[in-house]
This record gives sequence, structure tokens and C-alpha cells, in this order.
Amino acid sequence: MTTELTSATPPDGGRRRRRYSQLSRSDKVWLTLMVGVPTFFVVLFVWLPALATIALSFTSWDGLKLGTWQLVGFHNYWTIFTVLQDKLYPALFNNVVLLVWLSFCSIIGMLLAYLLDKGVRGTSIYQSIFYMPVVLSLAIVGFIWKSVIFSQEQGLFNVGRTPPIDFVGDASKLFVFHLPGLDTPLGLSRNFAAILIAIAWRHIGYVMVLYLAGLKSVDPSLREAATIDGCNEWQTFRHVVFPVLRPINVVVLVITVIEALRAFDIIVALKEPVGTIVMGVLVKNNLVGEGGGNVGIGSAYGVVLLVLCLVFIVYYLINNYRENEL
Amino acid sequence: MSGNYETSPSPSDVGFQLVSRRTLLASAAAVGAGVALAACGSDSKSSPATTVGGATTTTGAQGATTTMAGGYTGDPVTVGLNEAAGSGKPYDGLKAGLDATGIPYKGNFVDHNSFQDNITSYLQQPDDVFTWFSGYRMRFFADKGLAGDISAVWANLPDFTEGFKAASTGNDGKQYLVPTAYYPWAVHYRKSLFKDKGYSVPTTKDELVALCTKMKADGLIPFAYANDGKWPVQGTFDILNMRVNGYQYHVDLLAGKESWTDPKTKAVFTTWAELLPFHQTGANGRTWQQAATSLEKKEAGMFLLGTFVASNSTDQTYLDDLDFFNFPALDTAIGADSIDAPIDGFMMAAKPKNDKGAKALLTAIGQLPFIEAVNKVNPSNVPANSKFDTSKLNAIQKKSAELVSSAKHIAQFLDRDTSPDFVKNVLADAFAGFIADPTTVDSMLKSIESQKSTYLK
Repeated sequence: MTTELTSATPPDGGRRRRRYSQLSRSDKVWLTLMVGVPTFFVVLFVWLPALATIALSFTSWDGLKLGTWQLVGFHNYWTIFTVLQDKLYPALFNNVVLLVWLSFCSIIGMLLAYLLDKGVRGTSIYQSIFYMPVVLSLAIVGFIWKSVIFSQEQGLFNVGRTPPIDFVGDASKLFVFHLPGLDTPLGLSRNFAAILIAIAWRHIGYVMVLYLAGLKSVDPSLREAATIDGCNEWQTFRHVVFPVLRPINVVVLVITVIEALRAFDIIVALKEPVGTIVMGVLVKNNLVGEGGGNVGIGSAYGVVLLVLCLVFIVYYLINNYRENEL
Repeated sequence: MSGNYETSPSPSDVGFQLVSRRTLLASAAAVGAGVALAACGSDSKSSPATTVGGATTTTGAQGATTTMAGGYTGDPVTVGLNEAAGSGKPYDGLKAGLDATGIPYKGNFVDHNSFQDNITSYLQQPDDVFTWFSGYRMRFFADKGLAGDISAVWANLPDFTEGFKAASTGNDGKQYLVPTAYYPWAVHYRKSLFKDKGYSVPTTKDELVALCTKMKADGLIPFAYANDGKWPVQGTFDILNMRVNGYQYHVDLLAGKESWTDPKTKAVFTTWAELLPFHQTGANGRTWQQAATSLEKKEAGMFLLGTFVASNSTDQTYLDDLDFFNFPALDTAIGADSIDAPIDGFMMAAKPKNDKGAKALLTAIGQLPFIEAVNKVNPSNVPANSKFDTSKLNAIQKKSAELVSSAKHIAQFLDRDTSPDFVKNVLADAFAGFIADPTTVDSMLKSIESQKSTYLK
């Protein structure tokens, strides 16, 4: 039995590396604790509720007394995909719109960061201005925009405008289309578009800061080399800087997807105007709404959202493993 | 209790009998109190309500119960209020009332809408005593065993008429609510504006349309309109359905016994669409407070809302100028004898930590000092206590009491007369969509009807 004295990877790429532990007994105890305790809490507070949600989505329950649930099979799913389709599909559509929009905002944020990183005069002032909204929660952003910007009586966007535009309440569609096999027409409501602007106000600054941090870590010699090789500005960015930013890109991608799927607080802060429905609001209204709740239906909505999230999580994990195998 | 599970209490249930002018005056003279509540009093003369009070003493119910309430000196009672500190008169009023009971309490003051939204989870671990509403909403939680039986407290509440007792009674015949106050929904307007422009209060549909047309020509918005939170326009639906189809149809529709695709139901929305051009546009993005401000600023001529509309202003000149009239009859065969007049009150937790204190506090809430203190600070809703000195009511409150007592049928309000989750998940969105685009009415009604069975069990 040979013992590897160094931790360097053997020439064969480590495929035949033996199971050998350099950890002492107390190391193992500590490791177990450090991995085990967080795992325990994550399982308890994240995975058990998730599994419970899946289980409850097959029941009919008013959410009041434990044990009073009744198994109803796939009835809740049948309900939300047929009877309640004029709630489910517009909500899914709005989440998708949000995903596309936030991706766009992320690109804007990245470009802003790139510009500011070039050392524009007064860059710290610009940074502060763009970053300011990020310290606010989306619910607060909703309150601010509703009363200061969108209000029909005193809103900034309505100053001197008669008649004023009902930014928060106008659910008429900017465009409408029909999906084959779906009775409910889908489209982007004007008020949701207005909310998108408020969300962008915050999201762009958020992404910008992440990229600014990332850009600081880009080795200047790489850019110099690119310049010497005759790259123009765009080529430098596209082929040198952007690939180096890969870790940041992954983080921003994850944030963008999460923000798009979990969107909830700003809609609720605006009191859920018609046309702005998103999955999170549907889940909430059926679970904790007044009147005992419809836990089965709310959970079914939740599971649909969970499946959507899983699609992205699985994609991310596969990508991540593939990268680590390189 | 004559009310079915689904229906609102009938007027006799809530103690508002249709009384002739003569009975009204006679009873007023007899009881020596003011106009309308005395009429309720006349109803209770034949009932045991005024005689069941403090049984142990000869000084009368009032004395006995006050002693009992004042005599409580144990641990503080926890109280959940659906008004947050700093929310203005509604909070200040309830606070003053609780202070006046002399019972030690610990308050948990929650924003009105949040309290309502979170009621289900709140009731898992509620305060000993909490604010809530009568109607379907009370009976629902009583049926689920989430509210405490306070029949014992009601033995010490001599000041309420049989009608209020019935409105506080669950489907099992036990009492679950101590009513504090009620308020009608009516069309509010400024007297000075009507006088200046020579408008008169409409009593028929033609008069209403003529008035609206005239207001429009005068550069006014006939009806201020708001729908932020998606509940204010539910009042429009209630009143139109009761005017177009009558009270019984309204109740049956909300109970799920009538169809939303019925031509009679559609007629309500046809009328609504006819009147919509007379309403302020952009209602979905406006709070009722903002709409009330346009009434105050004389930009709008009228505003259909509960009488709590007054609580939006502190300007006494405006408040003195504010008046209301009953929504006019749209169909002479149906008349205008039905209104929305919700009752608010206090309930007890199913298993209060401080049972003795909770009951003592609820007893005290049912006595005069509580409601007198409330009314002193926030004279907007009408006290439910029949012993309340009506000379202490302001003009609007007196008129409210009169309106309610002259109504033949009283509904509680859309989300108190049917399953609130049906309203929240289906009707609220549908109505908001309708006022934005009335042409969608057919698909909307079809969608409501198909979703009804999911929420209305």
C-alpha cells in the first residue's frame, strides 16, 4: 500500500486516487458537526415543508386543524389547470415575463458596471445612485412607487397629465395572444409593465454591484494582452472579460431566476391589482387567505412553482458538476 | 336564530324592524331615547333581552355588570385589535373604550387589512379577546371551533336587542360576538354643493341618471370611485343586486343557490355598465381615501361607501356639510328597502389563557361606558348598545340609525355574506376586471360560475 505524501494530484488525473483520509478523529467530529447541523436544519425547515407541500397538494384541507385533511388524488391539479386556468396561466405568464425582463435588466446592470469600472469621472457618485434602491426591500419599493410615482393624484409620472394614467390599476393589455388549446388569452397588462419598471429600478443596481466586484478581480494584464493583440473594446469584453466573469455570471443568473420566480412582495404591497397576478400570490391567497384557506389548491400552485424552480436548479447543478469535472 | 348558514340576518334578526312613523315616535317617547335605536328597543320589549341582565342584584343590570367588570383585578387580558396604533380615530376610539372598562389588558394592535389577511393563522394562537365581524365570517369560525362560546357573557348583556343577539349567534345557537357598532352603506354628498348647484336627492333611476348627466355637464365627476384592495366596488355590486333583483335573490346568489350566468344576475352588470360612465375612471388604482378626498374637494358629487367615509377627514366644516341618501330604487317593483349595514364586535378565543378576564372584559365591552368612550373619540359608526343616549350621536350617526331602522332587509356586505375566500379569489378580481372593461361581462360571469363550486362548499 503506497502512501501519497503530497496532496498534489497524481499525473493520471486522480481517477485512481485511493480512499485515504488524512483527517484525525477530532477533525471528523468537527466536520460531521459542521456539515450535519446545517444539513439537519435545512432538511427540517426547507425539505420537510417542501415534501409536506407536495403531500398536501393531494388533499383537501382548510388548514385549521391537523389531521382533518382528506385525500383527493389529483383533483387539486385538475382544478387549477382547468377551472382556475384564468388564474394559473396568466400568473405563469407573468412569471415568465418577469424572468425575461430581469435577464434584460441583468445585462443592463452588467454593462453599467463595465462602464463604471472604466473609471468614469465621479464613478462613486454614480455607483451610490444606482445602488441606493438595492437597500430597500421590494415591498418598500412598491409602496414608494405607488404613492410617489404612480399615484393618479400626486404621482411624479402624472404631474400635469389630464386625465392621469392609472399605472397601478389599469389591467388592459399591451398585447394579447392565444396559445393553442388554451381558452385564457395571455398578455402583458399595463400595470404589470409599470411594476416591471419599478422592479428594474432596484434590480439593475443590484446586478451592477455584483459585476463591479467581479470586474475588480479581473487581472488587468489580461486586458493589456488583449489590447496588444489588437482587440477592440467589444472584443475585449466579449472574449476576455466576460469569460473571466463566469462565477459572477452564474451568481447573477441564479439571482435573476430566483427573483423572477419568487416575485411576490411588490405585488402584495400594491394590494394585488388585477393583471399583476404571479404564482407566489396565488399560493398565498389560497393558503393564508381569510376564510379558512384552501390548502390543497394553494399547495398545488406551490408544487407547480417548485417544479419550475427544480428545472432551473437541476440545470444549474448539471452545469456546475460538468464544470468541476473539467 | 332564524338565519341560515349562508344568509345574512334578516332585519328582525338584527333588531331593525320596519316601523311606521307612529310606532317609532311612540317607542321613542316610551323609552325616552332617540329615534332609531329606540325602535329597536320597542322590538325587545316583548323579548327577554332587557330582563335577563345582572340577575343577582336589584340595582339593575347596568350596576351589576359594571361592578363585575370593575371588580376584575387579575392578570391582564390580551386583546387583539384590527386597528394599528396611529391609524387614527378608529384606533383611538377602541383604545379609549378599552381604557374605560377599567380592566387591565395588554393590546396587540394590528393593521386592519393585515389582521384580516392573517386571521386564519392568527386564530391558531389568538389573543384572549379580539375584534371581528358578524355574519358568515363569525359563524364560519364558530363552526370550526376557533371562537369561544360566550353565552355566559350574554346573560350579563341586557342592553342589546334580540336582533343583535341573533346576529351574534352561531349556527349552534350559542353566542360568539359582543357587537359594538354598525354602519350603513349609502350615497354620500356635500349639502352645500347640492344647494349651490340646485341638485336634489334622486329617488328613482331616471332622477339618478338625470342628476349624473347634469353633474357631468357641470364639470363634476358624478360618483367618486375607488377600488384599491379590490373591496370598495363590492358595495356597488351589493346595492345594485339588491335594487335590481331584491334582497332574497342577492342572498340566494351569494349562497350559491342562484346562478351567476342567470339573466337576472347579468342584469345587475348591465345596470352597472350603464352607470359606470358616471363614475371616476381609474378606480382600480385609487384608495377610497383618495376618492373621499375628491368628494371633499367638490371634484366629485357623490360617493357610495360606508359611513366610515367621514373618518378620512378632520375638517369639521366638511364633516358638518357631509350628508348621505339611500341609493335610489332602480325598479319600482323592487324598491329601495335593502341596504348593507355590517356589524363589528369582539369575540373570544376558543381557549383563552385568561378565561375569567376575557369574559369580564367582554361583559364590560357590552356595557355603556365602553361604547360611550369609543363614541366620544370616534363618532362615526352607530353604537349597537340600545341604552346609548342618542342625543350623543352626531347628525350622520342619527341618520344612519334611521336609515338602518327603516330598511326592510339588511345585508352585511359581500365578503361577510358569503365565503370570504370565494370573494377574495374569484369575485374581487372579476369585479375589478369588470369595471376596467365592462364588455367582458359574459366571459366573466361564466368564469365565476365555473369557479364557484371550488370555493363555495
